[in-house]
Amino acid sequence: MGAAQDHVQVSGLRITAPAAGGQETPIVSDVDFTIPRGQVLALIGESGSGKTSIAQALMGYARGGCRIAGGGVRVGDTEILTLDASQLRTVRGSRIAYVAQSAASAFNLSRTIMDQVVETAVGRGLISRPAAEAKAVSLFRALALPQPEAIGGRYVHQLSGGQLQRLMAAMALMTDPELVILDEPTTALDVTTQIDVLRAFKRVVRQQGATALYVSHDLAVVAQVADRIVVLQRGRIREAGDATQVLERPADIYTRTLMAAARPPAQASPQRPAPQQAPPLLEVRGLTAGYGRVEAGVPKIPVLRDVTLSIAKGTTLGVIGESGSGKSTLARVIAGLVAPAGGQVLFQGQPLAPTLSGRTREQFQRIQLVFQNADTALNPAHTVSRILGRPLAFYHGMDGRARNRRVAELLDLTQLPAGLADRHCGELSGGQKQRVNLARALAADPHLILCDEVTSALDTVVGTAILDLLAELRRELDLSYLFISHDISTVRAICDDIAVLYAGQKVEMGPRNGFGDAPVHPYTDLLIGSVPEMRRGWLEEKEMAATLPPLATAQSANLCCFLPRCAARVEGLCDRLPPPRIVLGGGNELLCHHDGQALQHLQRGRQSAISP
Amino acid sequence: MTPTVPLREESMAKPASTAASRVRHWLSGLSTSGRVGLALVILWLVLGAAGPLLAPYDVGAFVSPEVFDGMSTRHWLGSDYLGRDVLSRLLSGAQYTVGLALASALLASATGAGLALTATVSPRWVDEVISRFMDTLISIPSKVFALVLVAAFGSSLALLLLIAAATYTPGAFRIARALAINLNQMDYVQVAYARGEGRLYIATAEIMPNMIHPVLADFGLRFVFIVLLLSGLSFLGLGVQPPNADLGSLVRENISGLGDGALAILAPAMAIATLTIGVNLLIDALPGRGRRITGGR
Amino acid sequence: MVHGTPRNRSGIAAAGRLILRRLGSALLTLLLVSLVVFTISALLPGDAAEETLGQSATPEAVAALRHQMGLDQPAHLRYVRWLGGMIKGDPGQSLVANMPVGQVIAGRLPNSLTLAGLTAAVAIPLALAIGILSALYRDTGLDRALNLMTLGMVAVPEFLVATIAVLVFSVTLRWLPSITVVREGIGWAEMLRGYAMPVMTLACVTVAQMARMTRAAVIDQLSRPYVEMALLKGLSPSRVVLVHVLPNAVAPIVNAMALSLSYLLGGAVIVETIFNYPGIASLMVNAVTSRDMPLLQACAMIFCTAYLLLMLAADVCAILANPRLRGQ
Ligand SMILES: Nc1ncnc2c1ncn2[C@@H]1O[C@H](COP(=O)(O)OP(=O)(O)OP(=O)(O)O)[C@@H](O)[C@H]1O
Ligand code: SF4
Ligand SMILES: [Mg+2]
Repeated sequence: MGAAQDHVQVSGLRITAPAAGGQETPIVSDVDFTIPRGQVLALIGESGSGKTSIAQALMGYARGGCRIAGGGVRVGDTEILTLDASQLRTVRGSRIAYVAQSAASAFNLSRTIMDQVVETAVGRGLISRPAAEAKAVSLFRALALPQPEAIGGRYVHQLSGGQLQRLMAAMALMTDPELVILDEPTTALDVTTQIDVLRAFKRVVRQQGATALYVSHDLAVVAQVADRIVVLQRGRIREAGDATQVLERPADIYTRTLMAAARPPAQASPQRPAPQQAPPLLEVRGLTAGYGRVEAGVPKIPVLRDVTLSIAKGTTLGVIGESGSGKSTLARVIAGLVAPAGGQVLFQGQPLAPTLSGRTREQFQRIQLVFQNADTALNPAHTVSRILGRPLAFYHGMDGRARNRRVAELLDLTQLPAGLADRHCGELSGGQKQRVNLARALAADPHLILCDEVTSALDTVVGTAILDLLAELRRELDLSYLFISHDISTVRAICDDIAVLYAGQKVEMGPRNGFGDAPVHPYTDLLIGSVPEMRRGWLEEKEMAATLPPLATAQSANLCCFLPRCAARVEGLCDRLPPPRIVLGGGNELLCHHDGQALQHLQRGRQSAISP
Repeated sequence: MTPTVPLREESMAKPASTAASRVRHWLSGLSTSGRVGLALVILWLVLGAAGPLLAPYDVGAFVSPEVFDGMSTRHWLGSDYLGRDVLSRLLSGAQYTVGLALASALLASATGAGLALTATVSPRWVDEVISRFMDTLISIPSKVFALVLVAAFGSSLALLLLIAAATYTPGAFRIARALAINLNQMDYVQVAYARGEGRLYIATAEIMPNMIHPVLADFGLRFVFIVLLLSGLSFLGLGVQPPNADLGSLVRENISGLGDGALAILAPAMAIATLTIGVNLLIDALPGRGRRITGGR
Repeated sequence: MVHGTPRNRSGIAAAGRLILRRLGSALLTLLLVSLVVFTISALLPGDAAEETLGQSATPEAVAALRHQMGLDQPAHLRYVRWLGGMIKGDPGQSLVANMPVGQVIAGRLPNSLTLAGLTAAVAIPLALAIGILSALYRDTGLDRALNLMTLGMVAVPEFLVATIAVLVFSVTLRWLPSITVVREGIGWAEMLRGYAMPVMTLACVTVAQMARMTRAAVIDQLSRPYVEMALLKGLSPSRVVLVHVLPNAVAPIVNAMALSLSYLLGGAVIVETIFNYPGIASLMVNAVTSRDMPLLQACAMIFCTAYLLLMLAADVCAILANPRLRGQ
C-alpha cells in the first residue's frame, strides 16, 4: 500500500499541556500513523494515554491550554496544521466530522436536536433547511432510530443515551465527511444498547465510504469495527498494525497486558461454607424502595420492587443490571441512606432500622459502603491518614500511636506505600484512591462490604488489580461482599452468587455456574449475548434482534418488567398475567412464564460469551 | 501464555510540601493583577491597623490656616475644608472603613456559612425556616433598612456593624447553602453518614473544609459591598459620626472642594477605589474561585 | 426514553406548578416582611403624635391625639388592622401629610418607575454587551480593559459619581441641568436632558455588576462539552456564544439582573437626594424623619414587593429557557 493512497497521514505529532511554573509537559509524542481511504483505524489505550488529544489534533483542535507543538497531519491533500482559524472552520464539520464521547453532554440542552444536526450544513449554505431536514431524517432512519420524522424535534432530556449517540452520528454524517472521528462513542452505553449502536455506526460509515478514526479503551469493541489498530501508552505508540494481527498475535508486551485484563479469569471461590442453620449474614426481604414521598407503600419515584436476596457469611453476591436498574439504590437502602418503602433488611438475623438514626454503632461498623468513583468518595480536604484514622477513632476509640500503626497496617494490607499517609487524595492515582477507599472500609472491621461499581471508573489493568485485592482480602479477613456492577464478566469473575436486576426487579438469581449456559432468564440472555467477544466478525455473527411489534395493551404494574424488550414473550400470557417465580435445575431462580426447557430451547444457539 | 508486565499505576505527582513552599507555590500561581490586588489589600490592612499610630496630627485638630491646601512637607496630603491634616484624617478614616467593613463582612460570612451548614445537615423544616427568614431579610433594601435602624437607635459603630452584617448575611447564606447542599450529596459525605457520624462532625469536618475557597472569595466581595454601603450611609449622614470619619465621610465633607480638584477629596476617593479594586483583583485571581454568581449590592 | 406529546403537556403543567409554588413562597415571604417592617417601625422612638404637635405640646394633648390616631392600641392589634387594610389595598392615612397614603405614593411611584425603567433600558443592553464581549475575548486586552472599566465603576461610591457628573456636565460644560425637574408637559428632549445624569449614575452602579455576572455565567458554560462539540462542528466562536451558550446561561444572568434592578427602587436614595428627584426612596426618608409609620410601612412593602416580583420574573425566565422545565 503506497503512501500516495493513504487518505490520512499523521507524522511526528507532538502535543503539550501546560504544567506548573509556565513549563509544558508532552502528552503526546512522536505519533505516526496512516489510514488508507475508506478504512477504520482504532486508537486504543488507557485513560490519559492521549487518545482524544490525537483524535482532536486531526481537526487542528487542542483542548483548553494544550498546544499542538509539532508534527504534521495530512487529510487528503490538506495539511491541517498549517490552516488558519477560518480555514479550519470550513474543514471541521464538513470534511472532517466528530462524534463525541458522551452525546448526552455534547448536545446542547436547550436547543432541539434537529437544530443542532443541520446547523453546520445549513449555516454554510451547503443545503437548504428543508433539504437538510429531509437528509437528517433519512440518516435517522438509516441509524435505526425510532420515529425518524419526529425525533429531531426533541430535546436532550427526552432521549436515551443510545439514541443520542446515534443522533450525534447522524449530525456528523450530514455533510458527507471524508473522515469521521468517533471518540469512545459507546463507552457511556449499556452493553445491550452498545451492540445496536455499534451495528448502526458500522453500517452507515461503510455506506458513506468514509475513512474513520475510532477511539476506544475496549479491545473487544475495537475488534468489531477496526481494520487497523494503534495501541497507545502515555502518549506514545506501543504497537500498530493490522487489526487481526494485533488481536491475534500481539507483538507488544503492553498490548498483551491489556488483552489479559480485558477478560479477567474467574477467581477461585473459597470453600463455600456448608449451608448452615444459622441465619444468613444479610437478608433482604420483599424490599420496595425509591425516592420522593411514599404514598400507599409506593414512593413517588419507585426504583426497587419486591427484591429478596440473601448473602451467607463469607460469600459474595454480585448484583448486575443496566444503568438505572436500581443497583446503587439497593446498596443505599442496605446502608441506611435511603429508607425503604416496604420490606425488611435483616443483618445477622436482626432487622435493621430503616433510617440511620435507628441503627446501632455496631451495625454501622459491620456494614461498610465503598462507592464507585473514588474521586468523589474521598474527601479532598483530608489526608489519607485522616481518612483512614477516622473510622479507627470512631469505632475503636484508637488514637495516637495505635492509630498510626493501624493506618500503616491498612496501607500495607491494600498494597499501598506507607509514604502515602500524609498525602491528600488529590495527589493519588485512580487505582490508589480506590485502594484507600477500600482501606477505609476495612478500618471499620466490617463483616459485609457493599461495593458499588468499584472498578468501573478504572482502567482495565488497574481494575483487575483491585479485583485481585478484593479476592485476597476476602480470603484473609473472611469478608462478605455485595458486589454491584454493570459488567457481567467482572461479576462472574469474583462472585459466588449473582442476582440480575431489571427495572428494579430481581429477574434472576443463582450460583454463578448457573449463568454459564442456557437456560437463563431472557434478559440475562440478552445481557450475556451483548458482551462483545474479542475477535473480528463477532458483530456480524450476532443476528439482529428482531424488531418487536409494539405492545397491544398498556403495561400494568405487575406484569413482567422485561415485557417491552423481550424477544421470547408469549402473546396472551406475558401481557396478561404476572410472571411466576420458577427454579431451574442449576439452582437459578427466575421470574418468567417460560420453564427451563422452553428457555433452553430458545437459547440453544447461544454461545457463552464469558466462558473462562 | 500469560503476559508478564508488572501492573502499573501512575506515579505520584507532587512531593510533600512545607507551609512556606506552599505559600510560594500559591503566589507563583497568582497572575500579575492578582499580585497587585494582594499588595493593595495588604497595604490597606496594614494602614487600617496601624493608621492612628502613623498619623502625624490629631484627627480633629485644626492645624493649617489654609483650607483645601495642596501638598506640602508639613501636610503631605494638604488640608481639608476646615484646615485639618488630610493625611491624619485619611489614616484614621481607613481604620474605621477597613475595620468596620472587615468586622461586618466576617460576621456576615461566618453567620451565613454557619446557617447554611445548619440548614444543610438538619431536617427539611429547619432549612425552610432559615431560608424563608433570609429571603425576608434580603428583600428589604439595605439603605432603607439602615435608615430605619439608625433613626430608631442613633448611629453607633456597633449598630453600623450590625446593619452591614445583617444586610449581607442573606447573600452569604445563599451562596454557602448552594455549595453545602452540593457537597452534602458527595459520596464522601454519604459515606460519613453511613458510618454513623453525627451532624456536627459532618458539617464541620466533611463539608466545611471544602467550601472554604468559594466562601473566602464571596467574603471579599461582601467586604467591597460593605465599604460602599458604609460610604453611602456616610453620605446620608447615617454613618460614622463626627468628629470621627470614615473614608466615605471624608469624601462627603470635602465635596465642596471637588471643583478645585482638592486633594482633600481626591485622596479619600482614591483610597476607597484602590481598596475595592484591590480586593476585586485578588478575588478574580484566586484559583478555582468557583461560583461567583453573587448578588448585587 | 422517547416521550410523546402527553409528556410535553404534562411538562407545561409541571412548569405551571413550579411557578405557582414560587409565587406561594413569595407571598409567604411578603407576609414575613410585613411583620418585620411593622416590628422595626414600632421600634422607632417617638411617634407621629409627638412629631405633629411638636416639642411644646402638653402630654395630655399628645395622648389625646395618639388616641385619635389609634396609636394607643396594643401592637398586635395595630398590626392586624394594618395588614387587613393592606390586603384590601388601603395602606391607611398618612399621619403627617394628612391624606391617604395611597395618594401620597401615587404622586411619587411613577417617577421612581420612570427612573428605574430608563436606567434598565440603558443598563441591560450595555451590561449584556460588555459581559458577552469580554467572555468572547476572554484573557485578551479587550477583556482586561473591560474588566478594569467595570471594576472602576464598582469601586467609586455613587454619590461621588453623581457629584463629578454634576460638576462636569452642569457646572463646567453647562450641558445638563443639575436637578431633575418632573413637570407635566415638558418636551422629550427636555426630559431626556433632565434624566441623563441620574440615569447615568444609577447605570454605572448596576452595569458593572450585571456585566461581571454575565461574563462569569458565559465563561462557566464555555468549559462544557457541548461547546467543544460546537467548535468541532466548525462553528465560529461568536455563533457558539450567541446561539449555543447564551440560552444555557439565561438563568444566572437574569437572576443577576433581577438583583441589580431591585436596587433601582430602594437603592436610589442617594441619587434622588443629589438630583432632588421626587422618587419613592426619598419619600421614605421623609417618612422616617417625620415618624409617619403608615407611609413608611407602605414604602417598605413596595420595595419588598418589587424585589419579590423581580425574583419571580427571573425564575419564570429561567424556567422558560429550560426545555426540561417548560415542556415543549
Ligand atoms: N436522589 C434521587 N432522587 C430521585 N431519583 C433518583 C435519585 N437517585 C437515583 N434516582 C433514580 O433512581 C433510579 C435508579 O438509580 P440507581 O442509582 O439505583 O441506578 P443504578 O442501577 O445504580 O444505575 P448506574 O448503573 O447508572 O449507577 C434511576 O432512574 C435514577 O434516576
Ligand atoms: S415473562 Fe414473558 S416477557 Fe417476561 S421475560 Fe418471560 S417470556 Fe419474556
Ligand atoms: Mg449506580
